[in-house]
Amino acid sequence: MSTPALGAANEAGQESILVINLRKFRRDRFAVVSAVTVVIFILMAVFAPLVTPHDPYDTDLLRRLQPPVWREGGEWSYPLGCDALGRDLLSRIIYGARISIFIGVAVVLLATVVGTLAGLAAGFLGGIVDAVISRIVDTLLGFPYLIFAIGLMGMMGPGLENIILALVYKEWTISCRVIRGETLAARELEYVEAARAVGASKAHIMTREILPNVLSPLIVVATTRMATIIILEASLSFLGLGVQPPLASWGSMVSDGRAFLLEAWWVSTFPGIAIFLLVVSINVASQGLRDAFDPRLR
Amino acid sequence: MTASAAPVEPLLSIRDLEAHFQTQVGLVKAVDGVDIDIFPGECAGVVGESGSGKSVTFLSVLGLVRPPGWIAGGSIRFDGRELTALTRRELRRVRGKEIAMTFQDALTSLNPALTVGSQILEVLREHTPADGARPAEAQALEMLSLVGIPEPAIRMRQYPHEFSGGMRQRIMIAIALACRPKLLIADEPTSALDVTIQAQVLDLLMALRHRLGMTVVLITHDLGLVAEYCTRVIVMYAGQVVEQGPTRSVIDDPAHPYTRGLIGSIPRLSRLGEKIRPIEGQVPELVRLADECRFRARCPVAEARCGARIPMSDLGGGREARCVRPGGRR
Amino acid sequence: MTAVDVRPPLVETRSLGKTFDTRKGLFGRLLVRGRHLIQALNNVNLTVDRGTTLGLIGESGCGKSTLARVLLRLQEPSRGRIIFDGEDITEAGPPRMRELRRRMQIIFQDPYASLNPRKTVEQIVSLPLRVHEKLARKATRDRVADMLERVGLKAAHLNRFPHQFSGGQRQRIGVARALILKPEFVICDEAVSALDVSIQAQILHLLQELGRDLKLTFLFISHNLSVVGYVSDRVAVMYLGEVVEIGPARAMLVDPRHPYTQSLLAAVPRLDAASGRRRTLLSGDLPSPLDPPSGCRFHTRCPHVMAHCRVAAPPLGELSAGHSVACHLYSGQRPAGEAS
Repeated sequence: MSTPALGAANEAGQESILVINLRKFRRDRFAVVSAVTVVIFILMAVFAPLVTPHDPYDTDLLRRLQPPVWREGGEWSYPLGCDALGRDLLSRIIYGARISIFIGVAVVLLATVVGTLAGLAAGFLGGIVDAVISRIVDTLLGFPYLIFAIGLMGMMGPGLENIILALVYKEWTISCRVIRGETLAARELEYVEAARAVGASKAHIMTREILPNVLSPLIVVATTRMATIIILEASLSFLGLGVQPPLASWGSMVSDGRAFLLEAWWVSTFPGIAIFLLVVSINVASQGLRDAFDPRLR
Repeated sequence: MTASAAPVEPLLSIRDLEAHFQTQVGLVKAVDGVDIDIFPGECAGVVGESGSGKSVTFLSVLGLVRPPGWIAGGSIRFDGRELTALTRRELRRVRGKEIAMTFQDALTSLNPALTVGSQILEVLREHTPADGARPAEAQALEMLSLVGIPEPAIRMRQYPHEFSGGMRQRIMIAIALACRPKLLIADEPTSALDVTIQAQVLDLLMALRHRLGMTVVLITHDLGLVAEYCTRVIVMYAGQVVEQGPTRSVIDDPAHPYTRGLIGSIPRLSRLGEKIRPIEGQVPELVRLADECRFRARCPVAEARCGARIPMSDLGGGREARCVRPGGRR
Repeated sequence: MTAVDVRPPLVETRSLGKTFDTRKGLFGRLLVRGRHLIQALNNVNLTVDRGTTLGLIGESGCGKSTLARVLLRLQEPSRGRIIFDGEDITEAGPPRMRELRRRMQIIFQDPYASLNPRKTVEQIVSLPLRVHEKLARKATRDRVADMLERVGLKAAHLNRFPHQFSGGQRQRIGVARALILKPEFVICDEAVSALDVSIQAQILHLLQELGRDLKLTFLFISHNLSVVGYVSDRVAVMYLGEVVEIGPARAMLVDPRHPYTQSLLAAVPRLDAASGRRRTLLSGDLPSPLDPPSGCRFHTRCPHVMAHCRVAAPPLGELSAGHSVACHLYSGQRPAGEAS
């Protein structure tokens, strides 16, 4: 059927697809609020030394398990209370955001680069390259994520670099599968055939014709994965396999508070709420991105 | 009002229809003041290029214009009833039972997860009382054999992807005709089909039209199909009807410069070696249109008078054209 | 046809064949039994003379698009030879193919899918130049701007993206990309089929004009007989991967000999149709290419089928100068006593 003449060169067409997509994103209130929340978390993490009221590593045994401000014994300079060593919870959560977000970003970035290269090669070159890469991916996907990471951490020992490595080992398969699928579809498109017909090289076709067109689903996938990674990191740290004290991670903070759950629930609860807030915000924001970028919903 | 001298009451009468779409570039008047009469028993062809509003006009008749589009005005009378005044529920009862529509792409219009038999039954059960004289299964079977599906009892239990394109189009026709509608709107029924299959499907449709005494509206971009199958043609351009009349006389002696251009654009097998004469330029965007002839910018004989809103003029013999100098070639 | 040319035909195929394997992957190859090979092209012999247009007609699945891609070596042939300008290019290596690509080009059907949505018009049209001629940026830009004006667009369009154009304008961009290197041989694969009638006429006009100015040789593939008849000097008809008839356009479209060509022609809706004209309608659907009929591939739908047709495939035999048909009705070998 005939779509009402949208085909003709229109003025709004001057804008790039990106601008149109972002405008659509802006109309999704929920997603915008979530995106703002995420940005606040990021700003907090980046400017942690400037915004924290106290040194997160400063112990003060007199304030051991001091309750939040609205409870008896709480005070304004320690709004969320203190942990078992008398360290300011708010400051620790803000510093914890640094660790969580850094690990999330680092893992997703590394995994995306590796996965994109592998997926592009598998999808475009096909044949034996595809067979090898696809089998590796299938095998890795066969392991439960957390157990796989626990095993690796057990072998490599805890630590910031190791936790990133352990997660990347499996995480790249996600973007690899997405890119491979998109590349397989893009390879058959006429404009790719057109590039081959004029004699363009494989490298040109892969990097210039195909890659730019498979990236937008990747942006969406990457943001969603960020949330998963943050949860995984928290889980590993909760199990004591993540970052080591005195570094503060939300997962290890929840773990620290376990022993005092009955007398001082806040020690575990506030880092837990931070994890929840950040993860939900990232998910809602990325869902908004997906809706805005999906051409079928345009 | 149509000045057509036909003594019969039209089965479907569209007056001043306006269908608008809200888009990023502004308000698109996809259908802008369309008057169309369809008379009982006829096979009328509606011809136009993309963006002419031919599909949207008839989607409006069935109340199938979806947001961001809506019917902004006008009247649609069918068999003595005003369709635009019906509730959604009443309209659904008309749709499928009294007016049916088939679409270009049979594969996406059929539900891939249901057998074709159950899709025909669904329509039958929706519109006929449960205590019908004959079991619905028998009717469905009869419909399938009517549209020329071999071994209908076996094919009933198959899924759409197990049929070829031509067979799927036949199934869509069977579903459309299941309740014996008075009016069938066939929207590009054969554009996705090969030419030999297209001929099979359309010949079938015409045979069924005679047999069931149906009125048919054939929406197409192919003027050749209209010449072959329709007694009357309605030419649409940029959301308006620009010409209508008996097919032969319109094709042999087009009155509107657009119709002339369209005919001149089609290479003809019977006139090999004759040059085609393309219409220059392109269809205007349907936003912020000035009150002037929509074809003015592309028209080879445009003049000052074309800068106003042009009404339809009656040319006699059932013909009308939206041009200040219909048939004028100077 | 044009004046006598002593040089060999520009493009020639000899017994060209292409078989697709429908099995996927390693496991598919091990596990799938039964029919899995599709003969998309079978024993195709065609020649395209310099400066002429060969029209190629056929319904979906007849192998006409595969032929286009095999001719350009975008897909590798399974059997037979491809001769381009007297040179056998069937096994030409990548460096040689790269050189040849500037002399042969293709214009695609879908003006939406054939242009990379993220590239500007300048990037799209200049790609062939960047690959084959290392020109300075300014010179490239000038060449592209020239070409755009030649196809009826403006230099001002250089920095726009494909989605800012209508279907017809996009197809002009596709034409510009194909012709910017001034190739000798251009394949139009359903190049006007997706366009509205009035726009289709514009593009046909443009192709004819450029074809004349640049002395192009065309292979014009379409399912639309009227369009093929309009642009072609010679016409070939394909059915299930085989050429069933080939001849001068006028002869083919006025007096077709193969029953398939006859029914194709009869099925075309015509503007000047006398209502209710009698037509030979083909019954049934196209047989599955996985399991093509024995003997003549058309025998399952042929109105003139004879016993002989079910067993023996008719060879393409010449009826009159330049007009050949693969049908037992016209072959001397048909069993005696059979009337046509």
